[in-house]
Amino acid sequence: MGVFLASLVDGLMLGFVYGLAAMGLSLIWGVMQVINLAHGPFIALGMFSVYYLGVKAGLTPYGALIFALFFGLLAGIITYFVAVHRVLDAPHLTTLLATFSVNLMIIGLGTVIFTTTPRAVDIKLPSVSLGAVSIPATRFVAAFFALLSAAGLYLFLYGTKLGKSVRAVAMNRAAAELMGINTVQVLAFSFGLGTMLAMIAGGLIATLFPFTILSGSVYELKSFVICVLGGLGNPAGALVGGIILGLLEGGTSAFIPVSWVPVIEFALLVLILLVRPKGLLGG
Amino acid sequence: MKGLKNLIIIIAALAVLAGCAKATPTPTPLPPTPTPAPTLAPTPTPAPVEKTIVIGFTASQTGKYNAESKEQIQGLNLWAEHLSAAGGIKIGNTVVKVKFKFYDDESTKERVQELYTRLITEDKVDFLISPYSSGLAAAAAVLAEQYSKIMIVTGAASDDIFAKGYKFVYQIYTPASRYLTGAIDMLGKVDPAAKKIAFVYEKEKFSTDVVNFAKEYAANKGYEIVLFEGYESGTTDFAPFINKIVAAAPDAILGGGHFADGSTFAKQLYEKKVPAKLVSILVAPALPEFAEIGEAAFQITGPSQWEPQAQYNEEAAKKAGIPWYGPSVKEFVEAYKSKYGYEPGYHAAGGYAAGLVLQKAIEDAKSLEPDKIKAALEKMDIMTFYGRIKFDTAQFYGKQIGHEMVYLQWQKDASGKLVKQVVWPEEGRSAPLIYPRKLE
Repeated sequence: MGVFLASLVDGLMLGFVYGLAAMGLSLIWGVMQVINLAHGPFIALGMFSVYYLGVKAGLTPYGALIFALFFGLLAGIITYFVAVHRVLDAPHLTTLLATFSVNLMIIGLGTVIFTTTPRAVDIKLPSVSLGAVSIPATRFVAAFFALLSAAGLYLFLYGTKLGKSVRAVAMNRAAAELMGINTVQVLAFSFGLGTMLAMIAGGLIATLFPFTILSGSVYELKSFVICVLGGLGNPAGALVGGIILGLLEGGTSAFIPVSWVPVIEFALLVLILLVRPKGLLGG
Repeated sequence: MKGLKNLIIIIAALAVLAGCAKATPTPTPLPPTPTPAPTLAPTPTPAPVEKTIVIGFTASQTGKYNAESKEQIQGLNLWAEHLSAAGGIKIGNTVVKVKFKFYDDESTKERVQELYTRLITEDKVDFLISPYSSGLAAAAAVLAEQYSKIMIVTGAASDDIFAKGYKFVYQIYTPASRYLTGAIDMLGKVDPAAKKIAFVYEKEKFSTDVVNFAKEYAANKGYEIVLFEGYESGTTDFAPFINKIVAAAPDAILGGGHFADGSTFAKQLYEKKVPAKLVSILVAPALPEFAEIGEAAFQITGPSQWEPQAQYNEEAAKKAGIPWYGPSVKEFVEAYKSKYGYEPGYHAAGGYAAGLVLQKAIEDAKSLEPDKIKAALEKMDIMTFYGRIKFDTAQFYGKQIGHEMVYLQWQKDASGKLVKQVVWPEEGRSAPLIYPRKLE
């Protein structure tokens, strides 16, 4: 029972971070119907910014997250203008290819610059004991930051003018433009926002697990699953989906060989697609 | 219908991903690193005939084996440099120079298959050296055998490669079957009361081979196997396994896989304060970078093919009644350090040894004819800086039967710095084993 409980808490904490990563993907889809295949590499870049700023440049890893935030926003906006803007209204395959080429570029450059030697951010925090099992405090801190970022996003989307514009563009771009919203700016900003979420999630993952420039792809795949679970285009659904996935991973792994966990995850994915194709919270 | 559309898009995205992963551009041949410097051989006899042999291999310059492969290739390059400085291999009046031909295999079997075929059929190399890792080496071995090219297998400890009746493939590493058995002997020696062992290992050819043999060995010795579970390659979250380990309360934890997962596993064992008395992990602890996980590295043990503290020397060779060949451990370590700036690990030593074995075989054969070189390899029983080298010539033709593993443990020196110490076998140890592990 102790094992089950500990695994469940382990999974739940991770779930928040998974959810945060998926929120970025979901937001971009929601606003501009683009599946960002560069999501994984941006997660990896978040990991590296925490590594280089937090460990190498002497800021603390959590302090480095603030910089990852701005860096992510900027990187997203640049990516939007370079790769996405001109193909926005083209068929989906074109935007897929455009973002996939960004993916290849980041991975390629990253392999040259960072190599594929694994890096780790070493944080000294005490572990929390749960019966016989201990859970590192870094997981709680990561979950807390993930939740904080998610709350921040909601305050932004629902409490600020720019946030409202983002939602307006998501609902109807043409109408938003007629209302005097500069849609290009809002789209670029939204892409930046999505990238920023990916980078923060990456930064948080870096505080838990070692990583290489290739590590983002695992979380990108999880993000896809989570988005389908929660409903693509719905950031709140993404967070819920993340938590469900985390709990599922934690809860089941206590009883069955861990390598069977993905089987259950994907079986659930298929089930959701069959029964509720819009996702649990999809409108 | 939006949901369905989304699904189709996701499937398309994944298909694109998969498609692009395969459609990689053709390899750009890299310049062969060692260009033999012109040497003025002070031979009074008529000018020696110069011959150049080409040794082909692939390096995992990108992909998951990037780190280990780099070390292996650096070791191999150092050998070529030494050989070139010595003026090449002399057979009678012929001086044999060595040239390398290599490509990046991206750490994938598919590329290895394509590139070894290319090395053999288009580049017409004379000898082959395997890529790093058992999986890739097994893929290359098939081709070496098919085209009857002698291949020295280094960086690969799989037993299976040598259970297929191949006649052209020779192994440098101690095979997987003898990788972790020493840890079990060590446990039996320091703590006869220890009874429970947990195995957590990477689900991949090499690690699975190792733990299967070790499990059988442990069971025969009367140990209870309380957990035996594999994890997927690339796993970063070991929490589910560790929670199970804690529940099973083993005396020793054995397993691991390669560097990334092994060091992560060790780190998380530490973070989760797992009270096992002995932890022995494959591959990772043997690499100097293992110290980067800090305190978590302390007291972790691991098998190693070779360590710079290893006690292989001419005296040991004499004791074993076999000839000594090549540089001393110190010469190798110093040369490697001055060229690359840090101490070599066993991957580097294995790379150098692969070249050295080929060199010795050519010298012994006094010929470049494959048959004669094969005969020389079959007869070979030598001691080098890397340890003893002898190949099986019976049922498991080509398998390494001379070389032995050492076990190391990360300990602290007087100033509290993490250092590797050889703790097993007892006669070759540089420090006693810290047992049981102390938890702070």
